[in-house]
Amino acid sequence: MSFTPLPAHVRTARLVATAVARRSGVAEALLDEVRLAVGEACSRAVEAHQEHCPAEPVRVALTGTNGRFEVVVTDTAVQHNGAADAAVPGGGANGGSGEAGGEPPDAAGEPDRQAVPAELGLAVIEGLADDVEIARTKAGLSIRMSWPSATAAS
Amino acid sequence: MDLKLDHHTKDGIEVVDVEGEIDVYTAPRLRELLIELVNIGHYQLVVNMEKVEFLDSTGLGVLVGGLKRVRAHDGSLDLVCTQERILKIFRITGLTKVFGIHDSVDEAIAARKSEK
Repeated sequence: MSFTPLPAHVRTARLVATAVARRSGVAEALLDEVRLAVGEACSRAVEAHQEHCPAEPVRVALTGTNGRFEVVVTDTAVQHNGAADAAVPGGGANGGSGEAGGEPPDAAGEPDRQAVPAELGLAVIEGLADDVEIARTKAGLSIRMSWPSATAAS
Repeated sequence: MDLKLDHHTKDGIEVVDVEGEIDVYTAPRLRELLIELVNIGHYQLVVNMEKVEFLDSTGLGVLVGGLKRVRAHDGSLDLVCTQERILKIFRITGLTKVFGIHDSVDEAIAARKSEK
């Protein structure tokens, strides 16, 4: 599926992914992880597209093969921006510290993610998914996640 | 479920009740409320997350942003959460070391009062 990069659509995307995961035989205990990881991946992609290519849809592939339920979330932010850091919203300006300290924010309009490292979403995905592969391509970032499933789906 | 926000004062501490999903779409509303509360002088905050059904890194960012704002005024922001699926996100990100996380609003308030 693909969707216009709007924050309002992220909820729908993660609900669809969770529903497909359930029908694919992913254990109930893992569905929360699927929901959160897919939400994180879609949020990151939406933010990247909103910054660099708001007219381009975010793509999400949901497949079930060989006893695994796989989700691939792909953005094309770098392709449309040409900047190497476009795949990560905020350009990594706050990246690396992992701390909540530092100067207090001063503007009410400050993006939410500036309070924490931009890579936090990726860290959450890596902490949640059973198997994760994050690939930086010429087009953008591709996040592939998979979980064990009882049956193969679509 | 959408996000529902409410707040009230208890024992001199502003308690923010959050219900629903905190994500990239709804988190700005929580951020605006926290900013509003700080701007009118509430620097001791307890965010009650017992009815939060979903929290992602955008929501974490809003909470960390709120913490930074109140700390700039020597204030505090404590959380109330007993849901394992929400606590897991705090553990993965290491934010359990940043926030005081309590089992109830009363416990959070008592812990804050005892530190004064």
